[in-house]
Amino acid sequence: MTEIKLSECNVEKIKELCKKFNNDSGELINVLHGAQEVFGYLPAEVQELIAEELKVSVAHVYGVVSFYSFFSMLPKGKFPISICMGTACYVRGAEKVVDEFKQMLNIKVGDTTPDGKFSLSCLRCVGACGLAPVVTIGDKVYGRVSASEVKKIIAEY
Amino acid sequence: MEKINIIIDDKQVAVEPGTTVLHAARLIGIKIPTLCYMKLDDLNFENKPGGCRICVVEIEGRRNLAPACKTECTAGMKVKTNTIRVINSRRTVLELILSNHPAECLICAKSGDCELQSLAHKLGIREIHYQGEKSKFKGDKSPSIIREMEKCVMCRRCETACNEVQTVGVLSAINRGFNSVVAPAFEMDFDKTTCTYCGQCVAVCPTGALTERDLTWRVIEALVNPEKTVVVQTAPAVRAALGEAFGMEPGTLVTGKMTAALRKLGFNYVFDTDFAADLTIMEEGTEILDRLSKFLKGDKDVKLPILTSCCPGWVNFLEHNFPELKDVPSTAKSPQQMFGAIAKSYFADKLGIKREDMIVVSVMPCLAKKYESMRPEFSVNGDPDVNISISTRELAQLIRNANIDFNSLPDEDFDSPLGASTGAAVIFGTTGGVIEAAVRSAYELFTKKQLPKLDFEELRGLEGIRQATIDFDGTPINIGIAHGLGNARKLLDDLKAGKCSFHAIEIMACPGGCIGGGGQPYHHGNVEILRKRQSALYIEDKNKPLRKSHENPFIVQLYDEFLGKPLEHKAHELLHTHYFDKKKKIIIE
Repeated sequence: MTEIKLSECNVEKIKELCKKFNNDSGELINVLHGAQEVFGYLPAEVQELIAEELKVSVAHVYGVVSFYSFFSMLPKGKFPISICMGTACYVRGAEKVVDEFKQMLNIKVGDTTPDGKFSLSCLRCVGACGLAPVVTIGDKVYGRVSASEVKKIIAEY
Repeated sequence: MEKINIIIDDKQVAVEPGTTVLHAARLIGIKIPTLCYMKLDDLNFENKPGGCRICVVEIEGRRNLAPACKTECTAGMKVKTNTIRVINSRRTVLELILSNHPAECLICAKSGDCELQSLAHKLGIREIHYQGEKSKFKGDKSPSIIREMEKCVMCRRCETACNEVQTVGVLSAINRGFNSVVAPAFEMDFDKTTCTYCGQCVAVCPTGALTERDLTWRVIEALVNPEKTVVVQTAPAVRAALGEAFGMEPGTLVTGKMTAALRKLGFNYVFDTDFAADLTIMEEGTEILDRLSKFLKGDKDVKLPILTSCCPGWVNFLEHNFPELKDVPSTAKSPQQMFGAIAKSYFADKLGIKREDMIVVSVMPCLAKKYESMRPEFSVNGDPDVNISISTRELAQLIRNANIDFNSLPDEDFDSPLGASTGAAVIFGTTGGVIEAAVRSAYELFTKKQLPKLDFEELRGLEGIRQATIDFDGTPINIGIAHGLGNARKLLDDLKAGKCSFHAIEIMACPGGCIGGGGQPYHHGNVEILRKRQSALYIEDKNKPLRKSHENPFIVQLYDEFLGKPLEHKAHELLHTHYFDKKKKIIIE
């Protein structure tokens, strides 16, 4: 018998979230967005429960989670670092900035530092191309970032 | 509605509105090549993601080529299926698919039966102009099914079979782009999922991505071991399909040749699962009567309708999805397991050998049978009642491997005593057959009268859900039948909602029953083959001198000499089982 372990309050949170969308399987993506906002990521247990609540297969839920790069199954760090790799940021050197973050934090894109402090991800266009290349840490936005500034930015946290 | 006239390759055809170009072409004998597309008429299976683009055609007035499987005919449409543009495009598409496919045809389990291979042959591909990185995916070796997803072409047929036909929901396309593949949630192995091992994903896979767990070599090892007595049993549906593997017409019965081939392979005793099917009817039929008479006497606690329990895919489905019904199915083991239990007790005693020195091999149309034979409750001190379960396809492989000229073999008979069977047992291999066999015996035991007619046409056919009322000499008995797990789910949901009521329900996991099992020769989308296998079984039934299980003299002898009476002590111990709750549980910490 397979078991899914979740705390009672988390079970309640997920059930409430699904209910908000009338347990409609067509709202799966919105439910997943909501759940990722609550938990910071989408662990297997959360996906299992969402599948059960929306009456879809967990394979289907995982299919959606693994398709969209926005969804993550790994816990994000306390300070999630996102680097824009949209066209404007890319041509203005975003890749060098990513490499610098990777080296400084010693993690790959998509990973979290062992102490749980930072996680690193790439995204496509935050709509601030005038500030390219753009880095966001949590809600804070850094514009016109160069590789040499990375060390200083990390030191802020 | 008025028909639409279109022209395909200069031929005119009138079609119903909504018809696709692919089907319109087939109506006038033009077979546009396809890869991902598959339709199984009447079996609720149509896979048309329009993904592979092999079926592209040129339509006058359209700039781009159109996929024939997805394009509906419109009035006056002019289609060309074989222009140089179409042919080049098809070849490019196929070369791109092949550029990310392992070039292992010589040693692939699907070689010779692979749709991708025959397409490459048909289009005469001699060179792949595109080279690059190849996908790598996690493999999976479950008790029944092997997944080698590097060979997947993303046709999505397995998803349609698993999700829409069977409603098991284990498979989904995951990831994106170059990394996309069909897999269970979190890329778990099948044995961690709710997979029933029905094998319908294997039955429709065009390539070698999904195949059975091949145990042919274990059979050969058993056969050459001088210390073991090797006994083989063959399921009813195998004899109606094995001939196809040797180029015979679908529906050719090869019971006698199959027996001869098994003897040539070196099995010490060639027996028949049909014998155990007759035994199943004795136990299950008695159980039906027992519950029925209790019910008719007003017992409110009796579990009705009784559900059949011969099909291991269905049993797995019930344990995962309807655990609240786990006390409802008949407790009778499946014929495969009854055979194993009797062979390793009654027959081993007769031979004067220890059960450990006997190896029981089963030949099944089924992949779930492999898993069933490994269930711990079906072994004694670690020695399984059925040691090795192979599919019809694997038997064909053994015969080829041993250089046996199958087609010119003489007809031979099964050995005695576990080889004798009645017509009732033969029809276990098709949807409706188990319940018809049960009705034949239950009627006579219940009414103490002889049946005026043995053929119950009302229980036969290929419709997904069927129901019939049989008059048991004044007592109407309501029978339900479902094949395909999606239909089973629908019937059980209706039953739970009180929308229908039955005394007995037969369920088989595979569309068509065992004739359409996941271990049978590949049908490649031709449902006619299933129909022919089905009629073959009814013909074999008709030709049998005895057609009611309780009249099998060797079954009578088995009860007299060894078992006592159905459902009683020894029979209960050897021939009955119980079911488990395997539903996923949410544990609150």
